[in-house]
Amino acid sequence: MISKRIIPCLDVRNGRLTKGIKFEGNVDIGDPVEAAREYYEQGADEIVFYDITASADRRDIMIDVVKRVAQIIFIPFSVGGGIRNLEDMHKVILAGAEKVSVNSAAVTSPEIIAQGAQAFGRQCIVLGMDVKKVNISEKIPSGYEIVIHGGRKYTGIDALWWAKEAEKLGAGEICLNSIDADGTQNGYELNLTAMISTNVHIPVIASGGAGKPEHLAEVLTTGKADAALIASMVHYRTYTITEIKQYLQGRQIKSRMLW
Amino acid sequence: MIAIIDYKAGNITSVARALQSIGESVVITDNIKELNDADRVIFPGVGAAGEAMNYLRSKKLDTWMKEWIKTGRPLMGICLGTQIILEYSEENDTKCIGLIKGATKHFPDNMNDKGGRLKIPHMGWNNLKLKRQHPVFANIPEEAEFYFVHSYYPTPSDDSVILGLTDYGISFCSVLASNNLVAMQFHPEKSGRPGLQILKNFCNWRGND
Repeated sequence: MISKRIIPCLDVRNGRLTKGIKFEGNVDIGDPVEAAREYYEQGADEIVFYDITASADRRDIMIDVVKRVAQIIFIPFSVGGGIRNLEDMHKVILAGAEKVSVNSAAVTSPEIIAQGAQAFGRQCIVLGMDVKKVNISEKIPSGYEIVIHGGRKYTGIDALWWAKEAEKLGAGEICLNSIDADGTQNGYELNLTAMISTNVHIPVIASGGAGKPEHLAEVLTTGKADAALIASMVHYRTYTITEIKQYLQGRQIKSRMLW
Repeated sequence: MIAIIDYKAGNITSVARALQSIGESVVITDNIKELNDADRVIFPGVGAAGEAMNYLRSKKLDTWMKEWIKTGRPLMGICLGTQIILEYSEENDTKCIGLIKGATKHFPDNMNDKGGRLKIPHMGWNNLKLKRQHPVFANIPEEAEFYFVHSYYPTPSDDSVILGLTDYGISFCSVLASNNLVAMQFHPEKSGRPGLQILKNFCNWRGND
């Protein structure tokens, strides 16, 4: 049977690995290529790179990071941040990424999902969703709203509706990030994750809030997630990925133990 | 020299990089003369069956592959490259190459396990149960897992070509082997050390079972 995936997320700014809290105050914590190598050796099942610089003139720095990573790690990895069109997608795929993640651009131009799926196959297209809890309303019946531009702009779009819509358009996977939980290390947003994961047919990666191995166990069982994204807890070396996997295995959550 | 068949599928450069990392020299080509000069050939693949077959036919690579297999030199299929060596694929209702009798089918809808309904594509790491030993799977521990991403799977007519099985709602054929052909549904180039071991074994394989 399939294993639950543990996926470290590397925020890259100007070619350097950074970490912020609730999308703010990012600090430099190292070389993303070296970090990728280390996580690969610790048993990461996949790696996510998020280019938080995401401006056109800085894009080549990220492409260079992707190329260097592709030569040393032999597991899948995805690249997101500032992907606006097919040409942006093509560049990161050519550089060696398996998947591209679209977020804000998919909200403003949903056709990018369909175009990407058509050009590269739907397994290539990850929809990144940044979500905030709000009051339930006619417009937002799930009580979770899509936000864009790093959590600064509310869109008036219901998160559950958007997840289903993106699946119809051709997304192959959803990376679901709770802005409320992001960087807090207090645990994933379990209600949100379970609601989205049980209402779509494509895999869902839970993101935001991981602080200890118990949080991953919760989101992969109660939260019904197919994979869990982690950042602070491994970037600050509080845990290794190997330790997290050993914990999950002990909790009877199937995890890839040999790499 | 190892040749990778270039038919504009997505993962060709990933396969080349993985081979280079284990010290092999690689040529990526759709030129029949260059392919014929190779010691062994890899038929990779990410994408859709219909478009892939159209491209292969336009370059006469479908008929070339049938000739290659008669030479006894090794051929490895990966993912879509495995699915379209069968006779037919349900994806885009496509007539395929037919090196192996049988069809490629879509996973049934509403597959369940104890955790709820299973997602499609089957995306992630899963195990193999090998039915017998094979040189390309030498030194692969039983607990090794491999990276899969697919919605279709091969169903060969002749059970004796099934080398490996994987469980995902159903037990499906994840590795095929017949004489100088070995073909897998997962991606060895993205399956960490065990995947690289399979590529290494293939590079040393003479094409006999």
